[in-house]
Amino acid sequence: MVVCAIKKGAFRRYLILNLYMAASVIVTLGRYRVLHQYGISSSEYCYFYYYSDALLTIFLYFALTSLYAHVFSDMDAHRLVRFGAVGLLAGTGLFSYLVVQQSNARMITHFVVELSQNLYFVGLVLTYVLWAAILKMRESRTQLIQLVLSLGVYFSLFAATYALRNLFPSKSGLFAALVQPIGVVLPLAWAYAFWRLSSNDRVVPARLAVVPQ
Amino acid sequence: MMAGIIFVCSVVFLLQFFVSYCRSLIAASAKQALSQEVQDFTGIGEKPAAGDDFARVLQFLHMCPDNPEDRARIQAVGAYFRMLNLVRSTVAKLAPALRAWTEYERAQCTYFAAVALERRIAVSRDMLAHQLDA
Repeated sequence: MVVCAIKKGAFRRYLILNLYMAASVIVTLGRYRVLHQYGISSSEYCYFYYYSDALLTIFLYFALTSLYAHVFSDMDAHRLVRFGAVGLLAGTGLFSYLVVQQSNARMITHFVVELSQNLYFVGLVLTYVLWAAILKMRESRTQLIQLVLSLGVYFSLFAATYALRNLFPSKSGLFAALVQPIGVVLPLAWAYAFWRLSSNDRVVPARLAVVPQ
Repeated sequence: MMAGIIFVCSVVFLLQFFVSYCRSLIAASAKQALSQEVQDFTGIGEKPAAGDDFARVLQFLHMCPDNPEDRARIQAVGAYFRMLNLVRSTVAKLAPALRAWTEYERAQCTYFAAVALERRIAVSRDMLAHQLDA
């Protein structure tokens, strides 16, 4: 995806999205190294996996806020978006802390897992709000619209998977296996958006809405 | 309880995002005209694209060499088409407006597949030309 963005001259325009993808490649390589060294059932791999996942989720959360900045670029709302994003992140962190407060053992580990799950859902709601704003403001840049919609699909798939894992803990392993195929969705969709679509392509957003505008 | 609410919300949001994403993929191909050759193959052009032709156009598509560039998009639109079929055979039977909407969307899916066919034929021709040159 990063290669596609560089080749099409969109790397700097969507800098945080590209940095997120580059970071996720580095983290995946790191995970492979830890897995190779310690094995899949080791606590080292478990810690590395969940802590890196929490960091990547926070990174993706900021990537989402950068899409907000794109949509609201004409309104010069950068500072408002930044403050809102940090405030919501702090709120999600506090909520996650309150949820795991009861747990005595390995509280920090529980906290990062809880924070990841909550951020996926917060990210999903924020993406939905952004999509509603795109429809309301008649934002017509096809590339930006596809980036937002694919992020929405990605967040909702992850949020649903985490919810299913909490609903059916005995089948947690089955749902955990879904994480890998779901993880491919976002790089593929973003790579397509950068490779195939030009920044000048336009679409009527009202035609894409499920409920006619 | 909380997990259940999150799951329901996620599924509802997922459906909305998925439908809109597929429609954005289809909208990009709706502007492209089909060549005479693909029109002859598929019959689209003499008559407008119809949802019932989707499976036939997809069969033509699978006869062409696989192109990893459009594979994911075709799979996504294929899933969207199956979802439309499900809506058509269930709730759309009760609502005529919904039935008309599903028919229109299915026809758009067929046109998308025909445009993908056109691209694959072009890619195959290019590959053949390169091989002949070599």
